[in-house]
Amino acid sequence: MSRSKVSFSRQLHFFSPDVKTWATVRYRCGLSNTIQDVLHQRPGWIEVKDDCEWDFNWCDVGWLRENFDHSYLEEHVRICHFRNNYELTRKNLMVKNLKRYRKTLEREAGRLEAAKCDFFPRTFELPNEYHLFVEEFKRSQGSTWIMKPVARSQGKGIFLFRKLKDIMDWKKVARQITVEMNTFVDGTRSDDQREENQVESYVAQRYIENPYLISGRKFDLRVYVLVTSYTPLKAWLYRDGFARFSSTRFSLSSIDDQYVHLTNVAVQKTAPDYDPEKDCKWQLQQLRRYLTAKHGRETVERLFQDIDNIFVRSLLSVQKVIINDKHCFELYGYDILLDQDLKPWLIEVNASPSLTASSQEDYEMKSCLLEDTLHVVDMEGRLTGKEKQVGGFDLMWNDGPVYREIIHFENLGSTSLTANTHLGCNNDRQKQLRYLLKPFPGQKRA
Amino acid sequence: MKQWSTVLFTDECRVSVAGEGEAPAPRLPSYGGRRRTCGRPGVRVPAEVMDEGAGLSLAIAQVVRRLKATRLHSQLEREAKEGLRRPDIAVGSLRDDVRRFLAASGWERKLQNAVYRELHVLPPPGHPAASPEHAKEPLAYMREAQAGWERRILKSLNSMSTELGVPLARKRPAPEQKELSNKWNEMGTDEPDLSQFRPVYAPKDFLEVLISLRNPNHDRSEEVGAQSQWGLIQVPLNVQDVAQMREAFADLALNIGQLGIDDHTHVPADLFESEHVRLGKRVVSEQDSAAAQQYSRQGCPTGLRAELWALILNSTNEPEDILNYDQLKAGVIQYDLLVDNLIYKDVKLTASNDDYYFVFEDFLYQVLLCFSRDTTVLEHFSYNSATPPKSYIQGLYGVMCLCVPGKAGEEDYVVVYPPNGVIPFHGFSMYVAPLCFLYNEPCKLYSVFKEMYIRYFFRLHSISSSPSGIVSLCLQFERLLQTHLPQLFYHLREIGAQPLRIAFKWMVRAFSGYLSTDQLLLLWDRILGYDSLEIVAVLAAAVFAFRAENLMEVTSLSSAEAVLADLSTLKVMPLLQIFLFATVI
Repeated sequence: MSRSKVSFSRQLHFFSPDVKTWATVRYRCGLSNTIQDVLHQRPGWIEVKDDCEWDFNWCDVGWLRENFDHSYLEEHVRICHFRNNYELTRKNLMVKNLKRYRKTLEREAGRLEAAKCDFFPRTFELPNEYHLFVEEFKRSQGSTWIMKPVARSQGKGIFLFRKLKDIMDWKKVARQITVEMNTFVDGTRSDDQREENQVESYVAQRYIENPYLISGRKFDLRVYVLVTSYTPLKAWLYRDGFARFSSTRFSLSSIDDQYVHLTNVAVQKTAPDYDPEKDCKWQLQQLRRYLTAKHGRETVERLFQDIDNIFVRSLLSVQKVIINDKHCFELYGYDILLDQDLKPWLIEVNASPSLTASSQEDYEMKSCLLEDTLHVVDMEGRLTGKEKQVGGFDLMWNDGPVYREIIHFENLGSTSLTANTHLGCNNDRQKQLRYLLKPFPGQKRA
Repeated sequence: MKQWSTVLFTDECRVSVAGEGEAPAPRLPSYGGRRRTCGRPGVRVPAEVMDEGAGLSLAIAQVVRRLKATRLHSQLEREAKEGLRRPDIAVGSLRDDVRRFLAASGWERKLQNAVYRELHVLPPPGHPAASPEHAKEPLAYMREAQAGWERRILKSLNSMSTELGVPLARKRPAPEQKELSNKWNEMGTDEPDLSQFRPVYAPKDFLEVLISLRNPNHDRSEEVGAQSQWGLIQVPLNVQDVAQMREAFADLALNIGQLGIDDHTHVPADLFESEHVRLGKRVVSEQDSAAAQQYSRQGCPTGLRAELWALILNSTNEPEDILNYDQLKAGVIQYDLLVDNLIYKDVKLTASNDDYYFVFEDFLYQVLLCFSRDTTVLEHFSYNSATPPKSYIQGLYGVMCLCVPGKAGEEDYVVVYPPNGVIPFHGFSMYVAPLCFLYNEPCKLYSVFKEMYIRYFFRLHSISSSPSGIVSLCLQFERLLQTHLPQLFYHLREIGAQPLRIAFKWMVRAFSGYLSTDQLLLLWDRILGYDSLEIVAVLAAAVFAFRAENLMEVTSLSSAEAVLADLSTLKVMPLLQIFLFATVI
């Protein structure tokens, strides 16, 4: 109850009703969930229909592929995807790019530097790398592997296996699962393109067998990273995010039970005993506090640095491949898994992270995330371009690492650099925005 | 300090021995002399015990008697004997050398911590002629009220057993035992049909009992006037006012750094937090209970809290604790108790529905089911006004029936039911839930919870005159509100929204499940630090003060409840500080 009041007053801080000097932003929105509400509520923004001209477009990837090449974009126009974002978001391409990046690093900067890229499980693309995979599989007898279709999201089509014969006819299995999943998950629309005319590509990935458990439950982290430019790379990290818990208890003995292994909310929702009232999520702040209570502050700080490293390296690995375009920005949903040694693993990156809210708390978090995304994209031209924090977003990389400005009282003048990231820390976005966006830009310019 | 090892190894304990020394107050330079007076009027502390030589020697004798029965005693003895073989120990100065050896090897610190722990749970020294029930609760009308309340609970438990046809206890058949043992780590996946089980009582039933409490020797007609009590609690107990609390909680003052405030402002971390963390690490490395307790008054850093709390509670997690826990677990697997269903039901109703605690469901069963079978919990009834329920065994099937104390037929067949003597009520599992945030191993979690329960939590649901007892807390809450926000109190009373009706549920659970976890832990830091629950009453009043403006506008109980429904955004420490130290008195 008190919460709704807060979000109302938040809007009042930015825009006073008598200021209407900036131009209206015409937006087009291809999705109907939280983003629609956020765009709709943004003062001065009006929605336009399909064929009208627009200044801002929150489209799905499909729309982009169909229309991008045919349209001329004016200077100020912004669109929410990069053209070939699949270099990062398709599981096989992501791994390919990371492997290549690792090789380059090894050549140019040495082994130690290259080892910093070892944050993704051993992965092979099938059918292309089938033979390499079989070799590796035989070398690591008894381990568990996970098969994922490269182009699908939300945990669809995923299965686990331990014996090679389970995937000898993986095509058949895959087709069967596709059918099952589609009847199963009806109503949820897949945003990714379909490639039904050819053999569907899969990745086989070494399954992380010792995930970090909290009270016997497995979980993964969903973290949001906003990229506003690839050359030079400019990336922002959002402070909030969540840990998604699997509703059942983890044990390797039940590998057929995919509900245990997948923490995707989309899959959890179809579990037979799923209770929609129960939101199996923790805010990242809670998780960070929990981990700090268990392992101490230093360990947890190291863990979060390692997580930052994942974001930066994965983006650098595709920096040269992705076609930079000043009209584009993209909000990525990173899936990170922790193992028992508190090592973070990159599972995948989503270019269309689910923005559908599963609870009131979730809705508020996602609205704030999207509002801040719009603040950073800055259609209204209210920023100087030198900000290190905009709302809940901290500038993580700006053609190089970004550091916090801290004054050390004890050792003045020393050059101890701390990364400018605050994942899972207090999100003081309201206060920050009030400070950042004051005085009203309309007044200033008028 | 040396007196304790002396006393423990000699059978005599004369006043003279104690007279030359002092109560165990290990030294840590940074605290100076303040730490020794870690109490204040009304709370049992070494300093108070010292006032009377006789009381002190009695206390020493009691502590010695209790410690002699522990493993620590035999360990110390063994260590001392081992030490004799060392070359640096001379026959001439044997006594001092052995003592020095024990101090250097850390055993003396362990002994100190054990003594400190005993002093915490020691019943207040009473008159030698006083009956044991006097130690439980000195006021007769309180004892009677508690006994009457227990009779009601037992009746309801008995009728539940008869109506549902569920025996109070039964041995599980072998296959069932095996099944339970297999899914010990995932008991939460089980979804038994509990629709017929109702919690034996909820906080609001208990509140009604407290409201009806009266002291028959007290003539209330004198109180009309300025002293009259607008609240619901109508018993004459002495509770501290703000001026007294300022003295007692001096370390919460505005000029003293507090975790929960001074780590959130925009001052750089170096100024308070880093220094505090550094000190905390030293306290942990010193392994000193008393220092840890003093430290906790300013709040424990998240990363050190688990260790500090275990230290304060002297919960050492020795191999025997693990053994003990495994025995309790075996007890759960072998026997099915009616109260288990109440525990299941309670966890499902409270913790499993909580945004934070749902993850810990399994841990809660692992702790609570074992707790119900732990007979060492019974010890705390020597200073708890409550009396464990008795039951007698009936017939061949082990069907039991609870009986009212004193009415048991065959004394031989009488057993305590449940074995720990504590009947869980609605919300009981919330005493455990926040601790899951700190401890991973069920065993460690268990011993910390048990110690917290027998030191503090039992007071929140038994009728007593203790300053930390729920009756005093209610009265203190009402007095604080009436004194400092009379307009608000009057307004709420007029619209039929007695403040206690809203605040009672918070206090019974020591705010667990109402505050966000980090804030709750900051509050419990202070409970441990000051060895008192009074801070809970202060916080309840402070919450009302904080939302006073909104509360002045409401016109019904339900809208007042709505204003106070969500406490998850509150910051505990600023509220407490402002209420205690920035209010005009």
